[in-house]
Amino acid sequence: MDVKEVEVDFGTQEHVKKLKKKGKKQKPKKGKKPHKENGETNEEAEKAKTDEKPPEMHFPPTFSVSEIKNKQRRHFMFLKFKQEKRKEKLALKKKRKKERQALGDKAPPKEVPKTIENQRVYDETTVDPQDEEIVFDEGTDEFSAYFNRLTNPKILITTSDRPRGRTVRFCEQLATVIPDSHVYYRRGLALKRVIPQCIARGFTYLMVINEDRKISNGLILSHLPDGPTAHFKVSSVRLRKEMKRKGKEPTEHVPEVILNNFTTRLGHSIGRMFASLFPHDPNFVGRQVATFHNQRDYIFFRYHRYIFKNEKRVGIQELGPRFTLKLRSLQKGTFDSKFGVYEWVHKRHEMDSCRRKFHL
Amino acid sequence: MAESSRLCSVWVGSETGILKGVDLGKKQAFNYSDLSTLSRDQEVSALCWGDDFESEVLVGCVNRTVKTFSTEKSRFTEFRHCPGGEGPFRGLAVWDGSLITCVESGLLKVWKEGSVDSAEITVGPDVYKMCHSPSQRHRVATGGKENDLKIWDLQRPEEPVFRAKNLRNDWLDLRVPVWIRDMQFIPGSDKVVTSTGYHQVRVYDPASPQRRPVLQVEYEEYPLTALSLTADANSVVVGNTHGQVAIIDLRQGRLLRCLKGVAGSVLSLQCHSSLPLVASCGLDRFLRIHNTQDGRLQHKVYLKSRLNCLLFSSQDKLEADGETALQDGVKEEDEEEEDEVWADMPTVTDRAGGGKRRNESEEEPQPSTGPDAAGKTKSATQAKKKTKGMTIGATQAKKTKGKTIDATQAKKTKGKTIDATQAKKTKRKLRSSS
Repeated sequence: MDVKEVEVDFGTQEHVKKLKKKGKKQKPKKGKKPHKENGETNEEAEKAKTDEKPPEMHFPPTFSVSEIKNKQRRHFMFLKFKQEKRKEKLALKKKRKKERQALGDKAPPKEVPKTIENQRVYDETTVDPQDEEIVFDEGTDEFSAYFNRLTNPKILITTSDRPRGRTVRFCEQLATVIPDSHVYYRRGLALKRVIPQCIARGFTYLMVINEDRKISNGLILSHLPDGPTAHFKVSSVRLRKEMKRKGKEPTEHVPEVILNNFTTRLGHSIGRMFASLFPHDPNFVGRQVATFHNQRDYIFFRYHRYIFKNEKRVGIQELGPRFTLKLRSLQKGTFDSKFGVYEWVHKRHEMDSCRRKFHL
Repeated sequence: MAESSRLCSVWVGSETGILKGVDLGKKQAFNYSDLSTLSRDQEVSALCWGDDFESEVLVGCVNRTVKTFSTEKSRFTEFRHCPGGEGPFRGLAVWDGSLITCVESGLLKVWKEGSVDSAEITVGPDVYKMCHSPSQRHRVATGGKENDLKIWDLQRPEEPVFRAKNLRNDWLDLRVPVWIRDMQFIPGSDKVVTSTGYHQVRVYDPASPQRRPVLQVEYEEYPLTALSLTADANSVVVGNTHGQVAIIDLRQGRLLRCLKGVAGSVLSLQCHSSLPLVASCGLDRFLRIHNTQDGRLQHKVYLKSRLNCLLFSSQDKLEADGETALQDGVKEEDEEEEDEVWADMPTVTDRAGGGKRRNESEEEPQPSTGPDAAGKTKSATQAKKKTKGMTIGATQAKKTKGKTIDATQAKKTKGKTIDATQAKKTKRKLRSSS
């Protein structure tokens, strides 16, 4: 067959004709030079391959896969396109690796890949630990009584009215994880009436797990004497029996608490809130740790038991429930959703417009 | 430090007891307090100007002391303890050299300068706000939870001049609850606009025969904690506990626009007295300045503590004065050359001269508008006066921030050729004089 060089401006019919020959890869990149037809000799095909471009059908520069009307063929062409892209990427990687090895010591340092956490917009409310004003603010806020060791935490866990089995079991497991916590059945009582009674009996926290259609989906955490109330969205609740390789039940030892990545002022408030849930002195004998890890405004709760195999290696075993929280609002004062004053409210359209901006 | 307090255009009182002054031009905030003596009972609950020239700020704290802060000297000059009644200050005002304070339990006292005793009025329990009328200086309005609006005349303290009546029972025949959170007198008349904890904005008119509100507008579902009238008293800016801020038209009773960006409860709002700006502060620890005409956020300053109240000074120029001084300097040089050319040329009509004379007369009342205004413009005027006796473009640019023609023309002349600036100058002169 002859070698044809086709110049410009084809109609889509030409593509369709060529597509009938399956197994030929198309080059949907725009603006490329037209390639030789498939009737080439092997040598030229090899040459073309070394250029990373196997023998292709020509096409006008404005071709794109989406112009093919037939869904099956379009899908096929798209898959081919993707395969080719992957190949190119691998080839590029290989080339770079070779160059790196060739340079040896003189190779430039590896570039750090961009992640959303890397690209996070700098939040001006990030707390500077030496700032006197913030130190004073935190030293005299609602949690200062706990941090000055004047009170011990005592938590009341309850649910929304008429909880289903899963939520009940979740509450029970939470009660084993958080020391000095009590689960009470919510008999349709109004929270505003429950709160004064809790304060009278010396509770420091009220935790209400909201349930919807047999799944827990909300958590209200209210610090009791006069403290802030945080409303979270709960997702991904995994009970103990759903965990793989879980250990024995969590014991009565007071766990250690890890709070990761609460950097902004709001994050500090929430972090302190979580910290005040647990008693002050952890029992290191128990080797249990509760982790609240904040990443991209989602707070992941995990409960582990750890053991040091030697100085450098640790084995961990996940016990206990695991769940994910997302802060919806932080209200100053005890629970009063109608007339309470809010310190922070999540407004989706204003706050979620930038993918790299986080608030906690 | 002394310089900085003169340049501050917004004063904010925080929950930690620190008085903060914010300079919007340089976008800097200054803390004016002694960090070693901070305590929670110094929490600022009320702020007001000490005098008409805005050279003193009166800071009312939770422990019932009223501190006087002088903006000229950048420090607290007076401390005054105002006992009596219970609860924090709900209103502070200055009348005729004496201090008017109102506390939450309803005790309104007028403290005369120097003496310890005071005239007292009991205005009812649970007062949330006391407001002082700017036009009729002896009138004061109070209101609170289940404590409807009462307007008092301080010269006749036995009975209120106006006592508002509650609305009729609603469609379920239930009594309509009353909870006034914030109020303001409408200047130029006797009317009072209030915002309630039941998300209503009401306008009361003592001059009308009905004691019920003349206008009622509802906004959203959360308590409206702050309220401020705009510079033209036709609309009011309200903020609620969810951080929703809206501008409501009082003539038609409808919502004009919403101002976005506030994440926490708005505790205090104030509109600028002449520019279309509104400052808001609240529990989210930010001070925000919005433009009321297009709703855009102009400035946002992080202030580290929860902010309770704010005061917006009525300075005309809130942007960096240093920059305009520079621009004026450059323009002045151009204009020096131009003015020589113009001076050589014979004056055609009196219009140019009239324009110049008018500018001079405009300049005169400026220094008398107040020491802080003078303080603000001092550097600029001094810079100008050093180089030239009088510059039209500079003075126009300085004064007319709102009037766009002159300002933009003034900016346009910077960096252009003489011919172009001359051409523009003729336009400017003709327009200013016409």
